[in-house]
Parts: sequence; structure tokens; C-alpha cells
Amino acid sequence: MEKFMLGKKAGMTQLFDENGIAIPVTVIDCGPVVVVQNKNVETDGYRAVKVGYGDVKKVNKPVKGEYEKANAEPCRIMREFKTEADYEAGQKISVADMFQPGDQVDVSGVSKGKGYAGVQKRHGHRTGPKTHGSMYHRRVGSMGANTDPARVFKGKKMPGHLGAANVTVQNLSVVQVDGERNILVIRGAVPGPKGGVVEIKNSVKSK
Amino acid sequence: MDLVKAVEQQQLKGGYKEVDIGDYVKVHLKIKEGNRERVQIFEGTVIARKGAGLSETITVRRLSYGVGVERILPVHSPKIEKIEIVRKGKVRRAKLYYLRDRVGKAAKVKEKLPTVRK
Repeated sequence: MEKFMLGKKAGMTQLFDENGIAIPVTVIDCGPVVVVQNKNVETDGYRAVKVGYGDVKKVNKPVKGEYEKANAEPCRIMREFKTEADYEAGQKISVADMFQPGDQVDVSGVSKGKGYAGVQKRHGHRTGPKTHGSMYHRRVGSMGANTDPARVFKGKKMPGHLGAANVTVQNLSVVQVDGERNILVIRGAVPGPKGGVVEIKNSVKSK
Repeated sequence: MDLVKAVEQQQLKGGYKEVDIGDYVKVHLKIKEGNRERVQIFEGTVIARKGAGLSETITVRRLSYGVGVERILPVHSPKIEKIEIVRKGKVRRAKLYYLRDRVGKAAKVKEKLPTVRK
């Protein structure tokens, strides 16, 4: 079964495992999500489920209509997940229905924006010498050969915008699940700032 | 942040609020040897307390055969059975790193005696 969930990153801390060793964990304010629509092969050409998550103050009419059709309260975020399972429109799904401790998951989110960044921060290049009159501290370096090819190759690593991009961290394990308080605790770090929306799916790489 | 605190709450051990900087303590550590578990005592002066919540640690310093030994211990670790306070210390600083540069009597922390109400 394809597992999925939406949540908000609450922050990081550490927990002690059964051997008394501290492990880094991320706490996610997770779900519940409400099923808005089932997509099927006949009408949509593919199988998927559309779910909503989070409180919202104001919604526009087209979105409101979608939720009214499903007999559900409007939500802030609407996402689609590929799944073969059937859900009822308006059905609420909690984290405990989806994940158990020990599961392997992939977590996607929008990473923290870093603005316009140089090559050291953006691509991990080395810096020039700081002293001995070098005057070549954090600059880009060589752009390539001169007469031949007489141009800069595409994809040359250069300064530019860094972060605020979709990032997926694969194969993280679930440490704790609390369906009542909607808490999901995952080992390791997940993309984005505190309060950032994250998608949690079952891991594509785990057996 | 409340959810993070809620998760930490499950493993917090009351905080050991009474362990202060400068105190001479005996830390009872659970040590696993194969299948057997025994308790080892590490004693020394608390020279620092760092972090908050579940990540809080204390640094305990002692002299062992003339060599300074420091251990950084997570206060809430399940490996710590208990922390026993032998002597309260009278100090005016939050971090006693200056003790590292001192030897002999200069490296001693004065004892804080309980205040007597007149």
C-alpha cells in the first residue's frame, strides 16, 4: 500500500533509544488529512487521491466547491498522491493509520532559501588564498579554455540563487507515531524551516 | 515548539535542578559488560551545564592520577542511574573552565554551607 501524509515541521531535538544512545530526531505536526477526491482511470486517466491539510481562513469559490463536494471543511493545502487504495471522499486519515514506528519514509519539502549565493556555498568550491597578496578570495575561478571552445560550457557551476527548492530526503526511519496528538517523529533532518509543509511517503528505495 | 517539548517530555527525568555548577557529585553510570550490567561511579566537580530540555548536559571534572579527566554527560540519559550531590560548591561563575589551568589547592572549589537563619 502506498502511504502518504502531510505535515508541518515542528522542530528538531534528540531522543534516547533502547541502548541509551541519543539519536537526532525531527518532530512533525502531522495530519490529519481529509480526502477530497478519488481519481480513477475512467475519468482522469490515472489512479490517485487528492487530500487537504491545515486550517485556512479564506478560500476562493472554486476550491470551496471542491471541498463541498466531498462534504469537508476547506484546508490550506491540497496535494495529490498516487495510490491504488480506495478512500471515501470526506474521510479523515490520521498519521497512526498510515505509519508505524520502524517504517522507512521519504520526506519532501521546500528547503530554506539562501538567496544569491557564491560558488563556495552553492557548489562547495574551494576558496582562493586569503593572504600573501592573493586578492582572489571567494571568486568563481576558471571559466574554461580560451580560443577553443571560445564559449563557456552549459551547466558551468556559477553563483546564483540557492535554496527554496523542492528537496526530498530518502530512507528516513519513523521513530514514534502519536495518532491522538498528530505527532510523527522521524530520525534525521527534513528539508525546510520550522512550520514548513512537508510530504511524507513510504520510501521508494527500502525493501 | 510545543510539540517538540511534548515529545521530549516522555524521556525527561525531572531535570536534576538541584545539581549546580561547582558541586562535587557522584554520577552512577550503568555499564553493560556482555549480558551483565553494573554500576560505575564517576565523581568530580561540575564545571559546566549546557543545553536545555532533553539535550542538557553537565561537564564533570576530576583529577585521576594527576591527569585531569572531564566527562560530558547527558543529564537525562537512561545510562545515568542517579546523580548524588556530595558537596555544594561556592562559585561566582556559570562555567568553571579556569579550574583547568590550576593545580593543587588553587584548583579547589570552596564549599557552600547551608545558610543559617538568625
